[in-house]
Amino acid sequence: MLTQINQRYLKIIIFILSLAPIFFIIYQIINSQLGPEPIKDITHHTGKWTLYFIVITLAMTPLKNITKQNIWIKYRRMFGLFIFFYASVHLMTYVGLDYRFDLTDIGDDIIKKKYIFIGFSAWLLLIPLAITSNKRMIKILKNKWKKLHRLIYLISLFGAIHYLWLVKRDLTEPLIFLLVIITLLAFRFKFKNI
Amino acid sequence: MKYRYSEITPEQTYNKRRKFIKSIGLCLGGLTFGSIPLIDNAHSFESNSELTSYKNITTYNNYYEFGTGKNDPYKNSKNFTTNPWRISIEGEVGKPISFSVDEILSLFPSEERIYKLRCVEGWSMIIPWMGFSLSKLLDRVSINNEAKFVEFESIYNPEQMKGQRYPILDWPYSEGLRIDEAMHPLTTIVTGLYGRELPNQNGAPLRIIIPWKYGFKSAKAIVKIKLVKKMPTSSWMKASPKEYGFYSNVNPNVNHPRWSQTSERVVGGNLLSPRVETQMFNGYGDEVANLYSGMDLKKNF
Repeated sequence: MLTQINQRYLKIIIFILSLAPIFFIIYQIINSQLGPEPIKDITHHTGKWTLYFIVITLAMTPLKNITKQNIWIKYRRMFGLFIFFYASVHLMTYVGLDYRFDLTDIGDDIIKKKYIFIGFSAWLLLIPLAITSNKRMIKILKNKWKKLHRLIYLISLFGAIHYLWLVKRDLTEPLIFLLVIITLLAFRFKFKNI
Repeated sequence: MKYRYSEITPEQTYNKRRKFIKSIGLCLGGLTFGSIPLIDNAHSFESNSELTSYKNITTYNNYYEFGTGKNDPYKNSKNFTTNPWRISIEGEVGKPISFSVDEILSLFPSEERIYKLRCVEGWSMIIPWMGFSLSKLLDRVSINNEAKFVEFESIYNPEQMKGQRYPILDWPYSEGLRIDEAMHPLTTIVTGLYGRELPNQNGAPLRIIIPWKYGFKSAKAIVKIKLVKKMPTSSWMKASPKEYGFYSNVNPNVNHPRWSQTSERVVGGNLLSPRVETQMFNGYGDEVANLYSGMDLKKNF
């Protein structure tokens, strides 16, 4: 079994590894490796990693139930916050780099384009989860905390549908994400340990 | 008569020549340097720096026959056979005719035509094509009075085009134009790119370019041109009729159902490049707007 010190080191290592996608994209930017549509590449990269962290986060509780180890739950919060982190970088790339803070264009998109509306909604819903992620808020909110954080189910589905609605024709990847997320959600309901 | 190796112009020399022509302020018709005519057509763009690089034009493509990734056509079309190749003109014509690509290259001299290509996805490129007006080819047949539309059919070759093994689109790729659109001088049969042979991933050996419409209308690797009575249904119309219409004129006022068409990104920019406002008819309104006078372009998207 991992000692306390080892557990601490492990958490630090996993934290740094979770930042790897950011290091990777920064490396690509600095070395001009992004190709002819760099902003689109950054947007897609950060969007994908948001979805990957959604999948990882949703897997934590099922893994706890299967392995009967609590360590997974210790990582759940960190991975959840990384969802918020990558979603925010993704949003900032779109708003700041792509549309250069043109709020009329952006507002128009949010209202009129359903994939942007659902994506933006997912990010908005992540905010209360990020704010209430610490131990103090768990103590204050008690039962309500559990209910509030069930929003992750809606957020996950919104994220997958956002991707599905934006691709032109090839639905392969978005459908895989949707399938994986639905499976992980079904897992939660099956174990009744929501 | 394919372009001989000695005729291939390195990109730098190509750009220097164009700069020279521009600096002496000539609007040329037929002045040749070497054996490739460089005619500054009325739609040429302000500076050489505006031309999208050869690398980007040939490695960033939507050509689902070779895969749906932007880099797939470049990677997967290397062994695509473009010779021998014949193109037939048939349908509502007096006598159907067919040409080999070599015959077409000899009969119809190509000139440089620098056009903007605007993809429906929201990106654009400025591309120095080599080609000639489709009307010249269509003048070789006598077209019946019943013919109202022109249909284009691309090649079906699932052995060499792995994308065609999957029903991503209804293969072979099919597109169409109204007959006046097809006969318009801007509608170009493209034979080359940057003064060189047209690469496979860009639609070799012959493709059509209709610069005032979204890029998917500009079919590649054409084998058949058919004159027809009824409006044809293109591959993209079949795939998603609410999103892709017959006309598909570039129009910032008519959005794609799922994304906006008011702006676009010019390919080859960097992180600080701003979006560019999309222009009506991709900037070719002066030449083509009259084709659609009185038409509701929201309905006829």
